[in-house]
Amino acid sequence: MSLQRRPLFALALLAGLGLLGAAPAFADSALDTILAKRTIAIAIPTDFPPYGFVGTDMAPQGLDVDMARLVAARLGAAVELVPVTSANRIAYLQTHKADLVISTLGKNPEREKVIDFTAAYSPFFQAVFAPRAMALKSPAELAGKTIGVTRGAIEDLELTKIAPAGADIKRFEDNNATVSAFVSGQVQVIATGASVAGNMMARNPQLGAEFKLLLKDSPNFIGVAKGDDKLRLKVNEIIASAKAGGEIDKLCVKWLGRPAGDLPN
Amino acid sequence: MVQLDFAAVLADWPLLLRGAALTLALTAIATVLGVGVGIACARARTHGPAAVRALASAYVELVRNTPFIVQLFFIFFGLPSLGLRLSSEAASVIAMTLNLGAYAAEIVRAGIDATPRGQLEAARSLAMTERQVFLRVVLPPSLGRVWPALVSQIVIVMLGSAVCGQIAAQELSYSANLIMSRNFRSFEANFVAAGLYLAMAVLLRQALAWAGPRWLFGRVAPRGR
Repeated sequence: MSLQRRPLFALALLAGLGLLGAAPAFADSALDTILAKRTIAIAIPTDFPPYGFVGTDMAPQGLDVDMARLVAARLGAAVELVPVTSANRIAYLQTHKADLVISTLGKNPEREKVIDFTAAYSPFFQAVFAPRAMALKSPAELAGKTIGVTRGAIEDLELTKIAPAGADIKRFEDNNATVSAFVSGQVQVIATGASVAGNMMARNPQLGAEFKLLLKDSPNFIGVAKGDDKLRLKVNEIIASAKAGGEIDKLCVKWLGRPAGDLPN
Repeated sequence: MVQLDFAAVLADWPLLLRGAALTLALTAIATVLGVGVGIACARARTHGPAAVRALASAYVELVRNTPFIVQLFFIFFGLPSLGLRLSSEAASVIAMTLNLGAYAAEIVRAGIDATPRGQLEAARSLAMTERQVFLRVVLPPSLGRVWPALVSQIVIVMLGSAVCGQIAAQELSYSANLIMSRNFRSFEANFVAAGLYLAMAVLLRQALAWAGPRWLFGRVAPRGR
């Protein structure tokens, strides 16, 4: 049966899929399932050194990965690491493909509408970086320049707010593509997280890139499904005890080269 | 329970419309150029000298045996290191053209191969040059024979252009992705995008089925002009 002849049939098929998507219902708290099954699915980044990246042994590692292991250990559960990107991590939580998102997740009102956040567990900031030779002291000077950014990340939202009308924002799927675009000269300016920029600048000294404008100081939070207070409070307990016990500082020194500093609850 | 909220997605209709327009524009340019490349390669592979034949075969095999997204990334991220810097849109059009060209070459070649010998002999006995034979006797009915397959390939290329959003070309799937990264309505955004793609594919198919006989190979295909 060809779609050309039967557009109505195809539309009916699509509508049918819509009904399927609306059906599933979920248990009250993921915590009960986690404790019963003794495993927890945690979404982590693999494109975001030093928070989450794949080492030469092809195993994920980084601050977020260590944090995921710490949380799982405190819950007495085996950890199942789910690799996600900046663009799809919230969807993973919404569709219950992951119980927690520990993926350099910043907090903002749009996200708070659809998921809940625990206390912060690590520091982070986003900024605009460009070659030293480029004059770039205020957002207005972004006019006429092409700026690469990872779609859906905090820096995308912040950049969109401050960029003047004449700025050409190119949004890429993940941090690797954004960095590739800047390194290959497809964009003149890059807006990204400090860690990604640091890693990029260390590997590509010929770019002569430097910090230009601060977009947002945005510590990382752990995301939990909307309304799952039981799991959220339990994870908050774990974060508080890890802060008091010095484990969080130890993780930050190991991966970021400095202690965690003040983190909001 | 998932609550569907299509209004949140449809509120961004200018973005969706612009995305759909760019998808159609990319497809239109790639179709004209790609079918041209395909015809040239088909001619080269059936009538050309050995070197040209080998070159055309290498191109066709290279493109048909590598993923589209790799070709796209090669053009967008790879070529700048050779000093060739293209915009997202230009890179997308080139990748789509090269891709369609390779598949079209094989489809058109099948049409050419099916030309009855007697027609060639008749044309040559009328003292037509080889170019005239190809352009007036061989090509039009060949296109007529393979037009449905060619149209399907063009539709596939249009749907395949959804990955051009990966290099920041602001086509339809880029718009849908942007909307869902803003309001996290991924199901609704994908649903709307799928509906638009479906409508565009059906329309494109109808338009090409109408345009082909009128402008390319005459109303009664096998008879030629």
